Amino acid sequence: MTNETMHQQQKPNPQTPKIIIGMASCGLGAGARSVLKSVVHELEKQKLEADILSTGCIGMCAHEVLVDVIFPGRTRVTYGNVKTTMVPQILEEHIGKGEAVKKFGIAQMYLDDKTVIPYEGLPFFDEMEMNKGQKKYILRNCGYIDPDSIDEYIARGGYAALEKVLKAMTPKAVIDEISKSGLRGRGGGGFPTGEKWASCAKYAADEKFVLCNADEGDPGAFMDRSLLEGDPHAVLEGMIIAGYAIHATSGYIYVRAEYPLAVKRLKHTIEEAKKRGFLGQNILKSGYSLEIYIKEGAGAFVCGESTALQNSIEGKRGMPRTRPPQSVEAGLWDKPTCLNNVETFANVPFIINKGADWYFKIGTEHSKGTKIFSLTGKIKNAGLVEVPMGTTIRQIVFDMGGGIPKKRKFKAVQIGGPSGGSLPESLLDSPIDYESLVGAGAMMGSGSFVVVDDTTCMVEMARFFMNFCANESCGKCPPCRIGTTLMLDILTRITLGQGEEKDMEVLEQMSDEIKVMSLCGLGQSAPNPVKSTLRYFRDEYVAHIRDKTCPTATCVALHKYEVTPEKCTKCQACIRNCPVKAISGSTTEAAVINKEKCIKCNLCYEKCNFLAIK
Amino acid sequence: MNTNKTVDLSKMEQVLEKYKNARGSLIPVLQIVQAEYGYLPEPVIGLISEKLHMSIHEIVGTATFYAQFHLKPRGEHIIKVCCGTACHVKGAKKVLEKISETLEVSTGMTTKDNAFTLDEVACLGACSLAPVMMVDEDIHGKLAPDTVGNVIKEIREAGVSR
Repeated sequence: MTNETMHQQQKPNPQTPKIIIGMASCGLGAGARSVLKSVVHELEKQKLEADILSTGCIGMCAHEVLVDVIFPGRTRVTYGNVKTTMVPQILEEHIGKGEAVKKFGIAQMYLDDKTVIPYEGLPFFDEMEMNKGQKKYILRNCGYIDPDSIDEYIARGGYAALEKVLKAMTPKAVIDEISKSGLRGRGGGGFPTGEKWASCAKYAADEKFVLCNADEGDPGAFMDRSLLEGDPHAVLEGMIIAGYAIHATSGYIYVRAEYPLAVKRLKHTIEEAKKRGFLGQNILKSGYSLEIYIKEGAGAFVCGESTALQNSIEGKRGMPRTRPPQSVEAGLWDKPTCLNNVETFANVPFIINKGADWYFKIGTEHSKGTKIFSLTGKIKNAGLVEVPMGTTIRQIVFDMGGGIPKKRKFKAVQIGGPSGGSLPESLLDSPIDYESLVGAGAMMGSGSFVVVDDTTCMVEMARFFMNFCANESCGKCPPCRIGTTLMLDILTRITLGQGEEKDMEVLEQMSDEIKVMSLCGLGQSAPNPVKSTLRYFRDEYVAHIRDKTCPTATCVALHKYEVTPEKCTKCQACIRNCPVKAISGSTTEAAVINKEKCIKCNLCYEKCNFLAIK
Repeated sequence: MNTNKTVDLSKMEQVLEKYKNARGSLIPVLQIVQAEYGYLPEPVIGLISEKLHMSIHEIVGTATFYAQFHLKPRGEHIIKVCCGTACHVKGAKKVLEKISETLEVSTGMTTKDNAFTLDEVACLGACSLAPVMMVDEDIHGKLAPDTVGNVIKEIREAGVSR
């Protein structure tokens, strides 16, 4: 049974138990398809009846495959890390007898009607440590509804905002409401959304466009993918409302090529919305018409930049152009164009429904609402979190993220990807909002939140990001094209132990020059990871350059192949793996490497679990 | 290996007929060609140029800008190893090295039997399963240098990626 056939269901019978499988990319990657197969097979074998449904990402990506079971009259139970071997027992006890299998269950939640009976001894989803500080407003449907079912979206209040807007609000009133809410762009820059819409609305033209930027290129970010896969109608609804507010005649969703599932879901979403009259000609008989098309990206990071994205839609090389004119005046095909990010659009119906005054109360003075982060790297609960602006980094890393695995120490968090910066332990208590992050040398970016522990070399990390930017530079302006390459050369030299004393100063100077002179955001922000690591982890640069050592023993070229006796646990893994028998030692004596015999193959370093070899 | 003599152009005639008057149609057309042939064969580029009234250099200029388009034939299965931040931090490099060793190809190359092409990509957006790779349209997560060989073996044996 494929995803498609699963959704051609009849009206679900409330008396039939439901099995809901997380079928977003992370679920599929963890093996959701084989779990689904096993569920179908076992239902038949045990002669049980249940509706099998699919849902998007609920944010607990570290626990995929996730399977939810709803037994009539009882709470919804979530099973985590589900393997095919667990399926028979879950079906037998839960579907067959209505008893949750507590040893596999990780949480339960109430349904929209609260009359159902909870299970004893299972924590509630909202009370779990990782969910406590979160406010799931924008992610409210993700992992809860079937994203391919417009009925489920409508049942949870979907398209009510659009109806309200079209029937009772003028375009200007919509813009005023969004301005009043304090919503700022979630794509990175944080430009006030209402202000952007207002400036686009004032230009009259025969054609105007509303664009959705779903070119989530920032490595380490996946909240836009999760929204598109988990609640695509919310994004579409926000986009239609924006279209109405700025008098757009048509719209495009620019999705990156690496997200095939999101594209598939969006196509279906647009079709469904058109069938119900939420999109297309004369929407809800209001007289307003809007067509929305999907444009698939073709693999270029720079296309996340608004003018590059427009060039790409026009079928050209995706290179940015100089501004002014701003896109709101002359954007796509030289027509007034309003471009917002996926998450920004997803906020719009929510603001209209709840009211700007209500929304304005969430967050900090200048950053309103919530922000979704994708929590990854060396963190226990990797996944999606949605937090009110102003939440501290510490809360995200330790309360929601569960801290660092393997008893390692927190070292830094890279916020904002290749355009952002690495923030050290001393800044754990700083709040997350647009201004604080910029002040600390990072930026909100799209919301990637990559945690690194004490085994990560920050110079190598800076080199990694610079390599990314140099590769993705479109080549149009020399400061970015040549500058990133030259900076990469210097960083590579440093990690190879060939750094010179003046390198740090040169890097700093070049960072400022590239920032000032580059044409677009990619170049202007490319030096950020270098600047922030130079600011907070300067001692690591000094160690590489002056002492020719890598403090975390990450940079292979700097390995000396010496054993630190205090760290050696005498496990002899290195001795067993050495191909030239250059290592001696025993269960009572720390290992010693004979440098004359050593061929520097690096195998001992890789096999040592205790970082005892430098 | 790159022989153009067997390229069947008839499939493209219809597609181009549909797109010839549409705005911004070059990239969608190239995407269809890429999906149909696995690369952009020279005769097809000639045909596009004729039907869309664009110069060859404009088409090739656009095609070479994007990572998705290829001017040479590709393998039956495309392996995209993610080297994004989260995967990098969790050891993607070693996984890539191992795959490269198993398939006896380096990044960007196709195996001798034409079964696999190995690519490096910036981020697949499945960071919580890092390190990950995508084989055709399927994501394989939580890879390790020791186990990635088995994944490849399974795909090779299955004949299709599932």
